[in-house]
Amino acid sequence: MPVITPPPLPSEDKRWKIVNGTMRKSGFARHALIETLHTVQSSFGFLDDDAIRFVALSLHVPLSQAYGVATFYHYFTLKPPGKHTMTICTGTACYIKGTDKLLASAEKHLCIAEGETTKDGLISLTTARCVGACGRAPVVLTDGELQGQTTGDELIAQLERWRVE
Amino acid sequence: MTIEELEQIAESVRLANAKHDHEINVCMGTGCMSQHSDKLKEALTAAVSAQGNNTLVRRTGCMGLCAAGPLVLVDPEEILYQHARAEDAEKIAASLGGEPVAELQCNLREHFDEQVHIVLENSGHIDPEKIDDYIAHDGYKALMKALTEMAPKDVIQQITESGLRGRGGGGYPTGLKWSTVAKAVGDMKYVICNGDEGDPGAFMDRSVLESDPQRVIEGMAIAAYAVGASKGFIYVRAEYPLAVSRLTIALREARRHGLLGNNICNTPFNFEVEIRLGAGAFVCGEETALIASIEGKRGTPKPRPPYPATSGLWGKPTLINNVETFANIAPIVRKGGKWFASIGSERSKGTKVFAITGKITNTGLVEVPMGISLRQIIEGIGGGVPDGHTLKAVQTGGPSGGCIPADMLDIGVSYDALVKIGSIMGSGGMIVMDDTSCMVNVARFFIEFCMTESCGKCIPCRTGTAQMHTLLTRICNGTGTMDDLELLEDLCSTVKETSLCGLGQTAPNPVLSTFKYFHNEYIEHIVHKRCAAGVCQMETVKSENEVVA
Repeated sequence: MPVITPPPLPSEDKRWKIVNGTMRKSGFARHALIETLHTVQSSFGFLDDDAIRFVALSLHVPLSQAYGVATFYHYFTLKPPGKHTMTICTGTACYIKGTDKLLASAEKHLCIAEGETTKDGLISLTTARCVGACGRAPVVLTDGELQGQTTGDELIAQLERWRVE
Repeated sequence: MTIEELEQIAESVRLANAKHDHEINVCMGTGCMSQHSDKLKEALTAAVSAQGNNTLVRRTGCMGLCAAGPLVLVDPEEILYQHARAEDAEKIAASLGGEPVAELQCNLREHFDEQVHIVLENSGHIDPEKIDDYIAHDGYKALMKALTEMAPKDVIQQITESGLRGRGGGGYPTGLKWSTVAKAVGDMKYVICNGDEGDPGAFMDRSVLESDPQRVIEGMAIAAYAVGASKGFIYVRAEYPLAVSRLTIALREARRHGLLGNNICNTPFNFEVEIRLGAGAFVCGEETALIASIEGKRGTPKPRPPYPATSGLWGKPTLINNVETFANIAPIVRKGGKWFASIGSERSKGTKVFAITGKITNTGLVEVPMGISLRQIIEGIGGGVPDGHTLKAVQTGGPSGGCIPADMLDIGVSYDALVKIGSIMGSGGMIVMDDTSCMVNVARFFIEFCMTESCGKCIPCRTGTAQMHTLLTRICNGTGTMDDLELLEDLCSTVKETSLCGLGQTAPNPVLSTFKYFHNEYIEHIVHKRCAAGVCQMETVKSENEVVA
């Protein structure tokens, strides 16, 4: 067995220590790749090239595999999110209750498409494939907080509140 | 931990509970939490202590009736309150022992009376973050019984006798699966709990994990004992943060009580469980893709055989069952396979949990005996379609299932009956559609889902679903032709027959079932350029010259 020397942390940022902690917990095993990327995303908000490179090196996973995993799973994002995030659920129950119209009105209001962030970096608009709160459809997540039975007016009002903050 | 110690814990919880005159159970599942039931619980705790009532206020998991949340259940009177807010706390506290608060009372007896709770027996009655509460409700008795009184083959015998079939949707006999893994040769075996509930519109697994996580852990431990495994993984969607946190607490508590770890119940049996987070890929519900994901890879499926039962996680024999399947295990071991087999229909035993959503009055979670008619579920328990609309179809099985028309509601719900009419049982999502839903549009929605969720490994699924989506979009736009319809039908059978895994093989189901039962809607879109439900935006009809040009 070759002696594994983990690469140096990319920067002084303390969050890297949390990332390192996740990898250490599994003994830097290759199968910890997804767990570690989860930690990176929850600490930094997204996965950038430096982070993917650092994790791949630490776990001895080929860069291509790490990048492949990061792009395969919808939950991971390679772009920095805006200050606020509006997530609109597009699961079946929400769709039947008109979530497509909610999405269209949010896109129109913010002048961006789903998956994008406003130019000023204030609001990101994303969709989720069912958050499992179908009993309260249509559902949106405002900065991760679940709001049920949302109307178009409520949605726009929330976007406006973020604007004037 | 010994059986005596287990009894002691149960007894002390019962004694502590008996000291209270009333128990107020506050639903703190995801649905009710989004309506601030946490604040309601705080307010109730403050209100009862201010009024000097000898009352226990308990956090519980889901009570099922999400439409009426936040829900509060007062015991022993069994008074259910709906839409309760923090402001109502004092009223509720003051009413204890007297007249209930009439304006908050929920009188939906028929909603609850027709249900049979096995999987959900503790949901809404115990605190999911307290293992002692679970133990007081016969928790871990089954594991104790299995470890001390039964040989692994006896456990499998009971499961086989129960007739339990996989609740993830496939309906494979659980006992048969267990005995295959038990027979597989290997010094290391794994047990995996599939909690990657990707079917949009279904939330049974989330609810079970949030409301009664110990039940799933106990089921996994019994399975591990039966097949000879020592390590388990629970694969949960990252989109379910509450379920993950409750599960983390549950695992910690189980370890602390010696119900996980080495020499469980002073026997040579060792078992440890880890949580693995999904990362938003529907295909990971397929067992070989799920295994790849646990190994830290892209979730792409592999051809079977070899089945995971002989060569699964890291090439070792692996048992994979769904959350609900594991949740059924403890009661079966406790009460015997024959008891379980006495519930349900001829070839589908026991109960099934359904998430009823869409255009229905009582949205939420229900558990019903197999064989019950769809009509009883939709019109009885579900309370029918609201706002004077008429029922058009019921969709079961999510993107792999089909749409059942309103005139077929009298069929009994079982694995085989649903397959026969072109749908599947699926994991338990049941979406009700009324006359404001366009079935062509619904078919397009599901195909779009499968198109984006296709992992891209095999061609029929990757390009087939994309072509089907183009054709369906055209039909929805009013620019489709009858030739498109024929081509679509052809594609359906190609994708169905030649795809590598379940995702592709079942992707055409929503299209095929709407073809079969709602063919006139397709014709209307193509020939008359009209969408009766008013959902599809038709492009302005071009003059004939333009079309030719």
